[in-house]
Amino acid sequence: MMASSYNAKDEDGHLPGSVGSGGPGAVKSKKPDNTAFKQQRLPAWQPILTAGTVLPAFFMIGLIFIPIGIGLLVTSNNIKEFEIDYTGVDMSSPCFSCSQNYSWNSTSACTCSVPFTLDQPFESNVFMYYGLSNFYQNHRRYVKSRDDSQLNGDKSSLLNPSKECEPYRTSDKKSIAPCGAIANSLFNDTLELFYNHPNGSKITIHLEKTGIAWWTDKHVKFRNPGGNNNNLSSVFRDTSKPVNWHKPVYELDPSDPDNNGFVNEDFIVWMRTAALPTFRKLYRIIQKKKDNMTPTLPPGNYSLEVTYNYPVRSFDGRKRMILSTISWMGGKNPFLGIAYITVGSVCFFLGVVLLIIHHKYGNRNNSADIPN
Amino acid sequence: MLRRRLNRLCGGDEERVDSRTIYVGHRPCPDTEAFIPSKFCDNRIVSSKYTVWNFLPKNLFEQFRRIANFYFLIIFLVQVIVDTPTSPVTSGLPLFFVITVTAIKQGYEDWLRHKADKEVNKYPVTVLEDGRSVKKESEKIKVGDVVEVVEDETFPCDLILLQSSREDGTCFVTTASLDGESNHKTHYTVPDIEKDLQTLTSAIECEQPQPDLYKFVGRMHIYKLEQEPVVRSLGPENLLLKGATLKNTKKIYGVSVYTGMETKMALNYQGKSQKRSAVEKSINAFLLVYLSILISKAVVCTTLKYVWQSKEGQDEPWYNQKTQKEKDTNMYLKMFTDFLSFMVLFNFIIPVSMYVTVEMQKFLGSFFITWDKDFFDPEIQEGALVNTSDLNEELGQVEYVFTDKTGTLTQNNMEFIECCIDGFQYRYRDTQSEVDGFTVTDGPVNKLQQKAGWEKEELFLRALCLCHTVQVKEAGSEVLVDQVDGIDGLLSQPEEERGFIASSPDEIALVKGAMKYGFTFLGLESKSMKIKNRQNDIEEYKLLHVLNFDPVRRRMSVIVQTKSGETLLFCKGADSSIFPRVRPEEVDRIRMHVERNATEGYRTLCVAYKQLSAEEYAMADTGLREARLALQDREEKLMAMYNQVEMGMSLIGATAVEDRLQEEAAETMEALQGAGMKVWVLTGDKMETAKSTCYACRLFQRGTELLELTVRTLEDEKLNRDQKLHELLQEYHNKAVKDAPPVKAGVTRSWSTANQDYGFIIDGATLSLLMNPPHDADASQYKSLFLQICQNCTAVLCCRMAPLQKAQIVKMVKNSQGSPITLSIGDGANDVSMILEAHVGIGIKGKEGRQAVRNSDYAIPKLKHLKKLLLAHGHLYYVRIAHLVQYFFYKNLCFILPQFLYQFFCGYSQQPLYDAAYLTMYNICFTSMPILAYSLLEQHISIEILLHNAALYREIANNAMLRWRPFLYWTVLGIFQGLMFFFGVRFLFSNPALQDNGQVFGNWSYGTIVFTVLVFTVTLKLALDTRHWTWINHFVIWGSLAFYVFFSFFWGGIIWPFLKQQRLYFVFANVLSSVSAWLVIIILILLSLLPEILLVVLRKPRGHHSQQLSEDSSTDTNRWLRSLLSPTRI
Repeated sequence: MMASSYNAKDEDGHLPGSVGSGGPGAVKSKKPDNTAFKQQRLPAWQPILTAGTVLPAFFMIGLIFIPIGIGLLVTSNNIKEFEIDYTGVDMSSPCFSCSQNYSWNSTSACTCSVPFTLDQPFESNVFMYYGLSNFYQNHRRYVKSRDDSQLNGDKSSLLNPSKECEPYRTSDKKSIAPCGAIANSLFNDTLELFYNHPNGSKITIHLEKTGIAWWTDKHVKFRNPGGNNNNLSSVFRDTSKPVNWHKPVYELDPSDPDNNGFVNEDFIVWMRTAALPTFRKLYRIIQKKKDNMTPTLPPGNYSLEVTYNYPVRSFDGRKRMILSTISWMGGKNPFLGIAYITVGSVCFFLGVVLLIIHHKYGNRNNSADIPN
Repeated sequence: MLRRRLNRLCGGDEERVDSRTIYVGHRPCPDTEAFIPSKFCDNRIVSSKYTVWNFLPKNLFEQFRRIANFYFLIIFLVQVIVDTPTSPVTSGLPLFFVITVTAIKQGYEDWLRHKADKEVNKYPVTVLEDGRSVKKESEKIKVGDVVEVVEDETFPCDLILLQSSREDGTCFVTTASLDGESNHKTHYTVPDIEKDLQTLTSAIECEQPQPDLYKFVGRMHIYKLEQEPVVRSLGPENLLLKGATLKNTKKIYGVSVYTGMETKMALNYQGKSQKRSAVEKSINAFLLVYLSILISKAVVCTTLKYVWQSKEGQDEPWYNQKTQKEKDTNMYLKMFTDFLSFMVLFNFIIPVSMYVTVEMQKFLGSFFITWDKDFFDPEIQEGALVNTSDLNEELGQVEYVFTDKTGTLTQNNMEFIECCIDGFQYRYRDTQSEVDGFTVTDGPVNKLQQKAGWEKEELFLRALCLCHTVQVKEAGSEVLVDQVDGIDGLLSQPEEERGFIASSPDEIALVKGAMKYGFTFLGLESKSMKIKNRQNDIEEYKLLHVLNFDPVRRRMSVIVQTKSGETLLFCKGADSSIFPRVRPEEVDRIRMHVERNATEGYRTLCVAYKQLSAEEYAMADTGLREARLALQDREEKLMAMYNQVEMGMSLIGATAVEDRLQEEAAETMEALQGAGMKVWVLTGDKMETAKSTCYACRLFQRGTELLELTVRTLEDEKLNRDQKLHELLQEYHNKAVKDAPPVKAGVTRSWSTANQDYGFIIDGATLSLLMNPPHDADASQYKSLFLQICQNCTAVLCCRMAPLQKAQIVKMVKNSQGSPITLSIGDGANDVSMILEAHVGIGIKGKEGRQAVRNSDYAIPKLKHLKKLLLAHGHLYYVRIAHLVQYFFYKNLCFILPQFLYQFFCGYSQQPLYDAAYLTMYNICFTSMPILAYSLLEQHISIEILLHNAALYREIANNAMLRWRPFLYWTVLGIFQGLMFFFGVRFLFSNPALQDNGQVFGNWSYGTIVFTVLVFTVTLKLALDTRHWTWINHFVIWGSLAFYVFFSFFWGGIIWPFLKQQRLYFVFANVLSSVSAWLVIIILILLSLLPEILLVVLRKPRGHHSQQLSEDSSTDTNRWLRSLLSPTRI
């Protein structure tokens, strides 16, 4: 198409020679350059994949993948994971009453205690997650309902949040900080863990609440407005708290100024929207014991004390608490190991099949194995 | 338009004005009572499309008329208006890019046109006004101006030649820039014009402008003081066309008759009709499939969305309330906007970039043809020419080749071989003597043997010397003329160097032939032809009339007057046109010679003469003059007159001229047939000559059984021609079609098979009988019979074809069942119609001017270049573009499929899986360059092997790589990979705690992992397909991947102030810090490519394939593998 339009000029016949140069239509009465590129003779590597060249690759893949897969599967199986649903759907469940008489406006917190038993010791650092099901954090309306510049400490966005935050943008004619549906629905159950020592004493397990969010999120992406102004309440003076929150953003963690306001890690973790409707989010870290002799969580009876604030029954959701150790590959997930073993075996099997075919039918192909 | 305006001026005169009247120098003529200066258009040439003001709207309008652009515009508008998941930028940016690039390109081209227009329009010209020469700009010339043109200048408008600086009132002109013919053409002044143009009062009546370059009819009334006005006819020989150049003439004066956009050149300027390639049709078909996939995806999602929402608590849970506006929206409107949103979300499945890439590929790819040094012909110092890049891939799909004979198969380099005078054969050969049935030929004629009478010989040679329109080239004319005039002198020297110019090389060969026998044509000066006879005497003949050659009459004549006052008519022409016009008893003696010469592959012409008595001449003279003066139906009248004059002649002899085969003509034809193409020879030549050429080109082999359907085979005593035609058609049909082994036509190209080969011969007369039989009902039946026969023949020869019949045949085959791809190749003006008609038109830069080249899609210097053009370039282009198209659809399918699947997990909320930057960049940056490089550089089989092994061409026949089967394969592959990408990562994310510090990944990490796998898989898939890795391929493939990684880091490394959401902030870096993410990326890439690798292994390696083919192509392995792979050969 392009070439033809160039050539139309030649047909005008006005200035032969001066027009029409530039397109392929114009041929100078010169011999074409004898360059490798123009003559399509660039030196080229011409791989020919034949059974002979690929067979070793198949065996190689098989030989590498199967051990990796086994390693992954073993690692995954070594990860201790404990999961408990505390939604309180069943009558028998300790949180049943809390889940029933829920109301956002209730001032008195409903608490319930869920006992559980760990059969095996949890070594090293133990990570505590909360999990939600049937919660569409990846719904489009939800995902976009935030204002990243407000969260980044931008003053003007603080007082005039983005339109995307609607209908969680203003309340009582004041802008909401942090605005948007995500922030508004911040997970606000409080989970506490107690070890019921066989001797009858109830030992509080210390839960570390920092180190749960991405470093870059905490230090760059999320910032409190007003710079180093430690008096957050004055910074947020002209804003209103999200409608479903019990306390304003500057009271998320009054004890630690580095974990308060927008840079509160629970908040940051929540703001990273999950990929799937069933998800887990890191809640607390249980540091391993200093002495290294006793496991972080020895086997035994525990109780999970829940301050039940977060309603999920209305959309048929579930809440879980997950305790897990972590390996180099992350949390427990047998998928990778299985996948690697499967692919490795398939490759190996294919290698064998190809080898048979190759030997039975393709002797004459041997000469061709060398790519030329 | 102008005419209409003129009509309106004349006051509602409904009569069509068929002619215009021009007053030379704007001087009113005595006859016309009122001098109305008629309005004609000015001499401005406007070839540009746009002006500064209308460029933007007009160009945009033109661009959005393309269906694809319009579609993307709609998507963009939907994105702007409706609340859609992706920002308008994602589709607006690519569209803007495409539109801008195209607009810049077109704007630049138009600027060039403006520049060229300006140069032409502002060119200074000299106009005679009131006795003075006035310098003017070319655009200011008005109809009726008397313009002066000096040597080597181009004519600024169409002029009637009034005065020439040459004494004989002629001027020479070359029309190289108009029709490419570089020979000098002679034009004549109008006779009886006064020397002083200032006092010339005359009116020219001529037809309204029409585009035919070679037709002009007009009349000039010359008014002289106190005399009856003289009327002179004007023909094309008086008309100097704008664009032509004055040569060999110091200066001329002419009156402008057509100006500006009404000149023949401007009227001839028109875009050639767009030819569309089969690949483009395939693209459109695939596009429809993808469009329906797109729509069904959107429908499915919309439906499911509302099903899902109907469940309580799903639509609007407490954590995700709708805005008031959303709540207020009408439910059905909401559904509709949801549907549109899904369309927008999935619209990337039909990529804008594909059109850009395809165009770029075609445009850039066509350079390789122009660059190819194998196409360079040292003789004419030119290489191949690409007039359109749209059809590159069509070169790889040709099924029928229609070739001209003269100048295409043969060199059109004529050599006089022998002649036959009065039944005796003369062959010019110095040494060898040849025994022949009836004569002994021995040396030149002037050795005087007891053959034809001396007088007959002389007469014959004089006829050869006189009956032509050859000009003597006047290079260093002074010297030459001197020597010619000085009587005997050193005559041999200038003769040898004498150059002749003629429109047909036959004539030169004949004149040169006569020269060898001692009769030399010295030139034509002021209507008298001078020849030097064997006694070195100069004979002069007065040229009275030239009855021009034309392809319908197939003969030409001259009427000359000898010194002694005799009037002679010499006529030469094809035997078929001469024999009926001479005395039958003379024919037989000559016919044998003619036929024998024809079977030897020579071009034969018969020469006849007739002595005209004074009365006869007077009658002829007046008749011819009248016919020439006629304004209406001049052609017909002339024809009738010619026929009348050329009667009752006596035959003197015949000539045989050899037209040598083109270099490697036979090899080329053999290669084309080997490649499965059917070669049809369409020629105007006679059957015997054409047949012998076919044998020489190995189109017909010794074993070929010829099926003839010609005037001769139709002659039958009992049956009339029509019945006989029917009978023969049936018979041949039985022979070639029914008795042939039952093989599907088109699949087998019976080339190396053992069956009987058939060749088919048909001539023009029979063809027209076949096409228009007396009974209309038979027409379609005859045609289908004819086509069926032809399809089963290896070669078809159509002789005695008129140019239009050639096009008719091409059209018939083109529209036959299966609509095969046709290619026409020719070199002359008579091939233009078939070149334009065929899917691909190839012009040969031959000797018969450049009209064929101008109208062709590709032009090559020699026939032999056709082999490489088709077998190598065509094959490669086809493979490249087919792969490009399939790959584009594939890569966008597996790009969008995960996004579609994600809807099932995000509540059908149109949440995009990938970030907007990835959505936008995927087709523009990350995956576009490797496929472009591939589609320009790939040589899955090296050029040498392609050339060596013509049969490889059949592998891609019938659009093999773009049929539904390969398309299905690519689609399934895309779906498979899309499923892999999505669900692989889905299973990984069943536990999103993927980092070794226990932190979790969110939805953007999910998308980024899928996208990373996607980019790598799609690029590596191309790498697997690449068989020819040049450094460029390495650079773009690894470079794209590196660029993707670099870009992802960069994009996620900064808080971008202009972005509303920092979705990808450090997402990529975090993904790469997770070992699990690495492992899943690796395994998914491998798993996605595994079937592909498996296929590559099992597929017969191409390189081999070609090597084996020459030996033995069907060993067990190959058969086994091929049967395994046949459904998925791509």
